[in-house]
Amino acid sequence: MCATCGCDDDTQVRIQKPGQETVHDHHHGHDHHHDHHHSHERTISVEQDVLSQNNLLAERNRGYMEAKNIFCVNLVSSPGSGKTTLLEKTILSLADTKIYVIEGDQQTLNDANRIDATGTPVVQVNTGNGCHLDANMVHNAIHQLKPEEDSLLIIENVGNLVCPSLFDLGETHRVVIMSVTEGEDKPIKYPNMFVTSQVCVINKVDLLPYLDFDMDKAKEYALQVNPKIKFIELSATKGDNLDEWCHWLKHHLPETVA
Amino acid sequence: MHELSLALNIVDIAEREVKKAQAERVTSISLKIGECAGVENDAFDFAWPAAVKDSVLESAKKDVKTVPGKAKCLDCGHDFDIHHLYDPCPDCESFFKDIYQGKEFFVESLTVI
Repeated sequence: MCATCGCDDDTQVRIQKPGQETVHDHHHGHDHHHDHHHSHERTISVEQDVLSQNNLLAERNRGYMEAKNIFCVNLVSSPGSGKTTLLEKTILSLADTKIYVIEGDQQTLNDANRIDATGTPVVQVNTGNGCHLDANMVHNAIHQLKPEEDSLLIIENVGNLVCPSLFDLGETHRVVIMSVTEGEDKPIKYPNMFVTSQVCVINKVDLLPYLDFDMDKAKEYALQVNPKIKFIELSATKGDNLDEWCHWLKHHLPETVA
Repeated sequence: MHELSLALNIVDIAEREVKKAQAERVTSISLKIGECAGVENDAFDFAWPAAVKDSVLESAKKDVKTVPGKAKCLDCGHDFDIHHLYDPCPDCESFFKDIYQGKEFFVESLTVI
């Protein structure tokens, strides 16, 4: 079984560019060395964080990006909140910035194809049965993508408000997107994601007149979980307030990038 | 279902430790899971047998210690028990707090043979 996603051999992690043949990344060596030393039972003190391997790799990614002056944003949300649309609009708005994209989904190249259509270098990670990206997948994707120095790398995580929260990818900032078509209590239903994010984009605000979504309540819930979180309300589809988002991105880009 | 990946990470840690100790397998494993670690115990127990199958942990007894959540209010300094990430300080109702215990997920020890 695969150590990354728990998949069986027929559903594997794939990392590929649009139009490229599958490069299969699937060595999670469970080497079973059953050396038969006939010894006594003994207890070993381990005291190791279960996520230590992921966290080490994430720091390695972070160091690589710091050295190359790459600003990296990890976009997380539930499925259908508008991550890919926001990404497309961001790319169009920041035409002067060198942007690279890593797309995470369980299956299909659909999102990578949408980004590819904008002319932006993109790599798709298909996690098979996995519910999140991990630092190793991002490490391998970066190797394929080969982002240039002084650039912006945007990772679109697998649509899931639970699992991706525990996995540091080495990003500079984590941005959680919620849309007004979801319940305003998302932040307290899925607190881990909101507590680990620095920015909360509230998308699809053009639909507010047709919905009972309570914006103040939504923000109140998010602030209960993470009192420091910053909000950006926008409509990616209509372009409403997209400037504030782009301004935030530009403001955080290393000087040579912006 | 990230509990499966977490269980598989534990299998990796156990495989490494067993190899280092030149042992054959694990007879029991002791884990510490914080109350606010983002790990669902039922899902974790459900994923465990599938994760440990054909590994050094396959027949290991699993002992899980739950670590209670503890936080210090950053506004009034009050020290309190916390069960959810969104719990406010019971004294001043501030949400600014430092959760200093209960977010950990550790392999504490392994008994090998």
